[in-house]
Amino acid sequence: MDIYQHLFAPFADYGFMRRALVACLALSLGSGPIGTFLVLRRMSLMGDAMSHAILPGAAIGFLVAGLSLWAMSVGGLVVGLTVALLAGVISRATALREDASLAGFYLISLAAGVLIVSTRGSNVDLLHVLFGSILSVDDQALLLVAGIATVTLAALALIYRPLVAECFDPGFLRAVAGRGSLYHVIFLVLVVVNLVAGFQALGTLMAVGLMMLPAAAARFWAIEVWSLSALSIVIAFASGWAGLLISYDFDLPSGPAIILTAGAFYAVSILLGRHGSLRARYFPGAHFHTHQELLP
Amino acid sequence: MSAAPAAIAVEDLTVAYDRRPAVHHVSGRFEPGSLTAIIGPNGAGKSTLLKTIVGLMRPSEGHIERAGLSRSDIAYLPQQAEIDRSFPITVADTVALGLWRDIGIWKAITGARWRRVSDALASVGLKGFEDHSIGNLSAGQFQRVLFARLLVQDAPVILLDEPFAAIDERTTADLMEVIKFWHEDRRTVIAVLHDMEEVRRHFPSTLLIAREMVVWGPTAEVLTDEALRRARALSDAWAHGAESHAHGRAA
Repeated sequence: MDIYQHLFAPFADYGFMRRALVACLALSLGSGPIGTFLVLRRMSLMGDAMSHAILPGAAIGFLVAGLSLWAMSVGGLVVGLTVALLAGVISRATALREDASLAGFYLISLAAGVLIVSTRGSNVDLLHVLFGSILSVDDQALLLVAGIATVTLAALALIYRPLVAECFDPGFLRAVAGRGSLYHVIFLVLVVVNLVAGFQALGTLMAVGLMMLPAAAARFWAIEVWSLSALSIVIAFASGWAGLLISYDFDLPSGPAIILTAGAFYAVSILLGRHGSLRARYFPGAHFHTHQELLP
Repeated sequence: MSAAPAAIAVEDLTVAYDRRPAVHHVSGRFEPGSLTAIIGPNGAGKSTLLKTIVGLMRPSEGHIERAGLSRSDIAYLPQQAEIDRSFPITVADTVALGLWRDIGIWKAITGARWRRVSDALASVGLKGFEDHSIGNLSAGQFQRVLFARLLVQDAPVILLDEPFAAIDERTTADLMEVIKFWHEDRRTVIAVLHDMEEVRRHFPSTLLIAREMVVWGPTAEVLTDEALRRARALSDAWAHGAESHAHGRAA
């Protein structure tokens, strides 16, 4: 009875909690696999920069149409994609490396977004854009998030093989298929649309958290792309569930509670994970054996 | 299967990075069924030439005639440094990428195709390694995996970029046998190499470059003291030229 009261009753009793939980599930389904590929491609910083790049676009949408879901989403999508492409172009056309170029865009985007929202909105609006409000997700927003998750999973299924080849051995993919950059661009689009989905619920500053932390945590437990993606989804959804309950029980803001729960999964994984964790490296235990085989 | 012999002609080829030529006006022809080593000092443009033949880089001037070869007719072994060996992928899945010509993006890998993968692994001495993660392999074992992928690709032209770099003698000898098999099967094989003894022993033709072509022909005629001296001098001249160019721009 106690378990039911703690784990399920808030969702059974309140529609806003149910909608928030469904939003977390949809976000997890899209963000888990995308985050996995970001980690595998060593593009975690890119994910962070993109999440901030969405802010001025969403702010322009807000300026034009107020707190309109579609205006802010389209604005975020357009500016997010523009920044992703510009950062790539600048690092190729100049001597600046991509990480520095991304950091530059991320700072400019954050400042521009805050400035634009401040000229028209209140502090409440600014907080909404920066930190989202998953507890006030309406049906329209749910549909958008669920639609993005569906498109993401379908697109990943379609380009899974070349995406894996491009991460692992880009020269091979370009040699046999000749279209490596096409899959890279499709992937970048998926990153941005998922961040736009996350932004609706968690805000621009937190959206990337549900993408990166579960994927980074999963790296310590799973060793194949499909199992990493599946585990990222599970960790992201568990973080959403637990974060919502913590926020409900202790009257805390829901977005940070969800991200901190994902952070706790990450911390535990660093300490105790099966592969490459502190425990696995320094306290391997009696069953330790190296996978290195004898030379044939 | 025995491959149809294929020739590749390089015509006045120049390839540049940031407008600085890495390969400068090279012309010549890799004969059908030939086994050619590309040698030269560091920074001589050997890998760049290979990448341009594969289509990974575009010529700034000149062109490469591939005699009706399609993209999938050329199998390419990149340097190990260009592959992310920490990527979570199994040995079998890595080798199965070699089936690309048959499976493309969407087709399933059926039982017969998995058998090709297993057979290729057995040919390079890695029978039973299918489910191992590539991150747990030694450099030599991983090179065997990449050779198994080349076997599965079953292409008439095979390009190898430093296939024996940082691997043990036994693996080198085993993989050299695979290269000999390709040569006997009349495939066109081109390999970037550093070990002159290996080139002398196993490669009938050699291209010596130092950004510009120094000599291209039968190995015995290429690997002479005079040619190697010329290659070093050319390489130094290019390096000195680049330095002067940089100083000039700074001034």
